[in-house]
Amino acid sequence: MSFWTRHQIFEKNSIILIVGILLVIAIGGLVEITPLFYLKSTIEAVDGVRPYTPLELAGRNIYVREGCYLCHSQMIRPLRDEVERYGHFSLAAESMFDHPFQWGSKRTGPDLARVGAKYSDDWHVTHLTNPRAIVPQSVMPGYPFLRETEVDPDTIADHMRTLRTVGVPYTDDQIANAGADMKAQADPDNAGADAFGKRYAKAVVRNFDGKPGTPTEMDALIAYLQMLGTLVDFKIYNEKANLR
Amino acid sequence: MSQPSISKSMTIGESGLAVVFAATAFLCVIAAAKALDAPFAFHAALGALASIAAMFFVINNYYDRPAALPPAEINGRPNYNMGPIKFSSFMAMFWGIAGFLVGLIIASQLAWPALNFDLPWIQFGRLRPLHTSAVIFAFGGNVLLATSFYVVQKTCHVRLAGYLAPWFVVVGYNFFIVIAGTGYLLGVTQGKEYAEPEWYSDLWLTIVWVTYLLVFLVTIIKRKEPHIFVANWFYLAFIVTIAVLHLGNNPALPVSFFGSKSYIAWGGIQDAMFQWWYGHNAVGFFLTAGFLAIMYYFIPKRAERPIYSYRLSIIHFWALIFLYIWAGPHHLHYTALPDWTQTLGMTFSIMLWMPSWGGMINGLMTLSGAWDKLRTDPVLRMLVVSVAFYGMSTFEGPMMSIKVVNSLSHYTDWTIGHVHSGALGWVGFVSFGALYCLVPWAWNRKGLYSLKLVNWHFWIATLGIVLYISAMWVSGILQGLMWRAYTSLGFLEYSFIETVEAMHPFYIIRAAGGALFLIGSLIMAYNLWMTVRVGEQEVQMPVALQPAE
Repeated sequence: MSFWTRHQIFEKNSIILIVGILLVIAIGGLVEITPLFYLKSTIEAVDGVRPYTPLELAGRNIYVREGCYLCHSQMIRPLRDEVERYGHFSLAAESMFDHPFQWGSKRTGPDLARVGAKYSDDWHVTHLTNPRAIVPQSVMPGYPFLRETEVDPDTIADHMRTLRTVGVPYTDDQIANAGADMKAQADPDNAGADAFGKRYAKAVVRNFDGKPGTPTEMDALIAYLQMLGTLVDFKIYNEKANLR
Repeated sequence: MSQPSISKSMTIGESGLAVVFAATAFLCVIAAAKALDAPFAFHAALGALASIAAMFFVINNYYDRPAALPPAEINGRPNYNMGPIKFSSFMAMFWGIAGFLVGLIIASQLAWPALNFDLPWIQFGRLRPLHTSAVIFAFGGNVLLATSFYVVQKTCHVRLAGYLAPWFVVVGYNFFIVIAGTGYLLGVTQGKEYAEPEWYSDLWLTIVWVTYLLVFLVTIIKRKEPHIFVANWFYLAFIVTIAVLHLGNNPALPVSFFGSKSYIAWGGIQDAMFQWWYGHNAVGFFLTAGFLAIMYYFIPKRAERPIYSYRLSIIHFWALIFLYIWAGPHHLHYTALPDWTQTLGMTFSIMLWMPSWGGMINGLMTLSGAWDKLRTDPVLRMLVVSVAFYGMSTFEGPMMSIKVVNSLSHYTDWTIGHVHSGALGWVGFVSFGALYCLVPWAWNRKGLYSLKLVNWHFWIATLGIVLYISAMWVSGILQGLMWRAYTSLGFLEYSFIETVEAMHPFYIIRAAGGALFLIGSLIMAYNLWMTVRVGEQEVQMPVALQPAE
């Protein structure tokens, strides 16, 4: 009986009730989230993962803006069929510079974690413009407007500076050259292409949308898609060292 | 009007709000002028217009109102404040229909992709957040605002705290919905599911939500009853926890204070964990705790029976809020999230089955001795069936959180089906039932315009739900099995696009189910509209409206 009488302290004092609620709901979150910030095993030790290039970052923002994550995951699970269909299972390290993460929760379309370098740029341009031109059964919306809109090389440095504040290790050099790098990545004839390549390992320089001039949103999105999952070299990845 | 106008003076709230709105209008005009992108300029302009309108309303209302504020009591009876409740009930119905309609549109887009029309504003990726936000936060949120303001007054026997504050909460909340919703269409999003609104909408929501908590809490503090009624514990847990979740999941740094884009402070794996800690508890506290409060007030009220077990409700309450918060990692099974977190998430999700069913039993058994009313009262039937759906989805949820089951169900339509058995069956029906009770009470009507129409609504919507969830079960399990099917030679049997093709008939059935659900809600809107328009006035203050202790 005493338990039920004692419980009246919550039933008769709103402030004690609120404090009780706060304590009870705090425990689960604290136990599950806090260790992820300090346990060393949370993120694997891996070579090759780097922050996004300015053009890739712009492309990623388009990916977020259009809600691609609502139909495409970027998280390959360590299950036989997924590894055979999509490639090596995703590592935590591969998305450590992602603000926000885009692992997704639904595969109305296939996983994109390793879509990079699987298809040609032309394939992507055609597919993004009209998916059913390439895959007749597809239910994906078409995004022809991406090719008509240019990205803005002038403001991308501000984005990188903001990301640096929240923990993405962009260097001063990368930020200072952001606008030029953005143009260089979509233009192989650009004089700055070599310097750009030195700033971003494994970055691909191509005219992704096949159109001359300032990079379009199509350039940016394809640059992003073409790098997804390509940064870690799994031939030299030490699986055993990162067993969790 | 007979009061001399000399003794009339502005309250601190009135003058304070007028000044604050003037200041926000000024800031919004500057923001609109210096905006870096078009959506931000549009939202800042909307903010300026709304602030000016609000300021005008506050001042105008001051000149129009009698010198004395509405009394807390009239003839010894609490003078309940029904205005904000009426507003929220109306908005709930409005956003409900809008949200169901957008749901039907995106369901059709998945069946017939040409409906995306190659346009940015109405393609699936932008409409989907509009659908989820419209039904969860706009429809569900307004139902929660309306019912919580009603229940807290009735069970505390006291008028709602504040004069303008409750209006600030309901109107401010709906303004948040408008900003968030138009933002999605314009491509303004954080890219986190169910937390898509950008930094400035989040800031505004924080202000509104804190005011909501204060109004609710102060009303409880002023109560005339020694005990805080059970429903109010659940409302309080819902309000407090949603505040915590909102703040935890949304710390973002804007690229510029004059632009819509921001970057979230958390990255990668931590962001994923924060997101699903938030995401699952948006389900747990917004869509469950809040609506359980509705169950604990409206079912006893409508059935005219006391709650089955007071002690069970105590256990239900604490166990539910303690266990729910752990369940998030089951959205991240087999991902790069560490195994220990996944295992914790799964364990607590399975344990969560117990308090969930404890609550369901408490709700259903309240009908003891009144089961016959299910035959005659379609509103009560709706409420009771909602609890049955609650029981079903809170069994399905723990089952899907088991890792082996999840390896099949994750990423498929099974999840969508699960969500909708909870959303349409539980949240939808309990909200409909509550609104069918609340509208006649708030507008002081003897009863609904037509119980027959409620009956039609009930059966059409139920048929819609059954079509919807069975289609999603079949398509989800089918697709999950096709993805992992192997030929006898050890190759994957199906390409991805073959599994997409196999979904087509189920997407059509699902859209048909959604259409039925939408038709039901249109019948409801007509019924409620006629109740308010032509319903008979309730003459005396109804004694029967005392809370069911």
